[in-house]
Amino acid sequence: MDGSLIVSLKDIVVDFDGERVLNGLSLDIHDKEFVTFLGPSGCGKTTTLRVIAGFITPQSGSVLFFVLFITSLPPYKREVNSVFQKYALFPHLNVFENVAFGLRLKKMPEEQLRPKVLEMLETVGLKGFERRGINQLSGGQQQRVAIARSLVNSPRVLLLDEPLGALDLKLRKEMQLELKRLQREMNITFVYVTHDQEEALTMSDTVVVMNKGSIQQIGSPEDIYNEPQNAFVANFIGDSNIVDGIMLKDFLVSFCGHDFTCVDRGFQVNEPVQVVVRPEDVVIVPPSAGMLTGLVREVIFKGVHFEMHVDVEGKEWLIHSTQASQPGELIGMNIGPDEIHIMSRKGV
Amino acid sequence: MKTQHKRLLQRTYIVLIFGFMYLPIAVLIAYSFNESKSRAAFTGFTLDWYKSLLQNEMILSALGTSLVLALVSSVLATVLGTLATIGIQSMSRRTQLLVNNISYVPVVNPEIITGVSLMLLFVLWQRAGLGGEGGIFGWFTLLIAHITFNVPYVIFNVSPKLRQLDPSLYNAAQDLGCTPRQAFFKVILPQLTPAILSAFLICLTYSIDDFMISYFNCGTMQTLPIAIYSMTRKKVSPEINALSAIMFLVILAIILISNALDSRTYRKNQAAIRKGMAQA
Amino acid sequence: MLRSKAARWAAAPYLVWMAIFIVVPLFIVIGYALTNADGAFTLENIAAIGRYSSVFARSLLLAAEATLICLVLAFPVGYFLSRLRANKQHIMLMLVMLPMWMNFLLRTYAWMTLLEKNGLINRLLGVFGIGPLNMINTSGAVVLGMVYNYLPYMILPLYTAMTKLDDSSIEAARDLGCNTRRILTRVLIPLSGPGIATGITMVFVPAVSTFIISRMLGGGSNLLIGDLIELQFLGNSYNLNLGSAMSLALMVIVLLCMSFTSSFDEEEMEGVM
Repeated sequence: MDGSLIVSLKDIVVDFDGERVLNGLSLDIHDKEFVTFLGPSGCGKTTTLRVIAGFITPQSGSVLFFVLFITSLPPYKREVNSVFQKYALFPHLNVFENVAFGLRLKKMPEEQLRPKVLEMLETVGLKGFERRGINQLSGGQQQRVAIARSLVNSPRVLLLDEPLGALDLKLRKEMQLELKRLQREMNITFVYVTHDQEEALTMSDTVVVMNKGSIQQIGSPEDIYNEPQNAFVANFIGDSNIVDGIMLKDFLVSFCGHDFTCVDRGFQVNEPVQVVVRPEDVVIVPPSAGMLTGLVREVIFKGVHFEMHVDVEGKEWLIHSTQASQPGELIGMNIGPDEIHIMSRKGV
Repeated sequence: MKTQHKRLLQRTYIVLIFGFMYLPIAVLIAYSFNESKSRAAFTGFTLDWYKSLLQNEMILSALGTSLVLALVSSVLATVLGTLATIGIQSMSRRTQLLVNNISYVPVVNPEIITGVSLMLLFVLWQRAGLGGEGGIFGWFTLLIAHITFNVPYVIFNVSPKLRQLDPSLYNAAQDLGCTPRQAFFKVILPQLTPAILSAFLICLTYSIDDFMISYFNCGTMQTLPIAIYSMTRKKVSPEINALSAIMFLVILAIILISNALDSRTYRKNQAAIRKGMAQA
Repeated sequence: MLRSKAARWAAAPYLVWMAIFIVVPLFIVIGYALTNADGAFTLENIAAIGRYSSVFARSLLLAAEATLICLVLAFPVGYFLSRLRANKQHIMLMLVMLPMWMNFLLRTYAWMTLLEKNGLINRLLGVFGIGPLNMINTSGAVVLGMVYNYLPYMILPLYTAMTKLDDSSIEAARDLGCNTRRILTRVLIPLSGPGIATGITMVFVPAVSTFIISRMLGGGSNLLIGDLIELQFLGNSYNLNLGSAMSLALMVIVLLCMSFTSSFDEEEMEGVM
């Protein structure tokens, strides 16, 4: 990441059949960054990608590539390439010709084209497959051809629309690492769309969480996970306990009838806030030693940890712990200052 | 025991039905080698009827007319129909429905209706003095009639294929640098080619086979089915038998060849997929 | 996809073609049916159809007979074929379709030679001391010709409908205590309903409108609607107005038949094209 801007979206508005899909979206993407658009289906992440690719012209707003306005530039004139959800490989061409497609359009001479395509196929691990037909490849292999077909054109930005969605879990994990490696090797910007939060956290430099056509939060995977800016992000990224509280003063918050020290400040005195606590950040102690006490309702073994549903003053809390309590047991719960995250309720 | 009994019954039934379907054709072919002109007896083996068939000016020129007519009308119908399919695809759903329903008319209407309705159009055309001196009926009207009943088959063959096409193929082509025109010719058209080709073949067979619609619109022109019809009117003409035998063999050959080609590409693909799986 | 302006223009030549050669001719038929030779409006032609009611009745009757026979003959064929292994199914289908590819004039001609007074069947019967029977130029011969020509049109849709039918549903029915007759009436026939509907249309429509089969196998005494129409347009009784009225009547019959069968299933017609 060297910090220079490569793509900027400014106040993008997109309507489909009178329905607002993107609602004044603004976003800067930096060069050589791995950016992921994360959100539930219908949140506008694919639409944003298609705006960058040029398949959709926004109703208003502008798209900048470096400093150039490309808002209404057709896709075939943009220095970006896409990897499509179902690959969109050309079934009438073999592997080599699929990868060579873009270069042939640029009229690259055969003696340059051949080594370039072969090298690209080797990079994606498909050496020796060049004469295969597309229908003679497995899903993972087709995926690699699609990536090679885009990357061979040396785009400044590669757009990937849920490219691993059709693969099984094991292959997905493999390809996640592979994509990350390719991005580093090629040293270009990847813009990646997924609804899988784990995938987003694993691969990205920057995660853009979206919902209902607007950006909810932009940040590094750690930021997004540890410092969610609102209830949507907190809920969407992993499990969390969200409760109402009151900010008594800087570094002191009250919720569930107890005052907690925390690391947040800058709120007004007695401002109502929302408090986020991750399930794994609750420490179980004997009831007498706990800041809060709760009644264990249910215990589910999840492999690495136990998932416990605990009733605290009528509200259900989720706790992950490596030690199991018994249903019906009264437990004490402690939460450290670092593990308490405060979200403003303004504008919610 | 009981199931065996049942299977024997099934087999017998199937054999009887296929016997019913093929025996008349077999008899025709057998008679084509019969020396005697009458069908009263099989008097000896001869190839005379084939010889006289090949010297029968009427049949040969009708065959020529049919082939040229089929080729020209099929090419035009295929072009017209393929263009139409693409256009229809980009229309609103309501217009699509309307155009498709009208296109169904020649398909579902009895052939005789399509035949006479076109004939009436040409009669009016001729009365308006647009037909020239020899009248309008002939090559021109046949061509129009054949194109008219063939285009819908092209549309109904190609449009499902166009609808099934992954829309992102077109986007992918543009993404890689194709202008819309290039994307169509380099990516979309090649995907449609098999469907267009099979539509073309369907047109060819319908055109060569058509009697009803041609009958009302041919004037004095003779296509092969019309020539056959005039021969059957003469009751006894063993050349028809010879013609049937030849046509049957040609059809059989075409079907066997196309079948063999189909299964070969299928097997090749399957083998390659297995090989690919093993390597992956 | 391809929703560009250029794409929309691509249909223009066909739309013009469709208007001139599909839509306009139908209106001309209606126009002729409702006018006399001088071009004045009249209902005479429509009324005149009444005089030919016996021909219309015969056409409907013979076509219905042929359709019913085809259905009965084809039903077991479609079922047996659909239960075969895939590669065998393929070969059998080819065998069903092969005769369809022969020109139907030749197929009908074949029956002429078989059914004649001194044709093959009568000669075979003669060996056993029967006959000669008078087979050609009867309404039975016409029905036979229809069945022979259109049987594949019944087998194919039935077969298609039945391939979608799982063996397990028959086994389930048997398990629930259905005997063979019940399996037929409660499972097989209802589940192949769309195929039956399509098959009936595909046999009945050409059968009710033919004039070749009746002319070649029915002699002069078994006139059908098709023969009547042909006589008005190209034959001795040349009367385009009356012919158009008859065509209109035929279209109404066909439409009624199709709206009756399509009430069973809408989509199946598409599969046939």
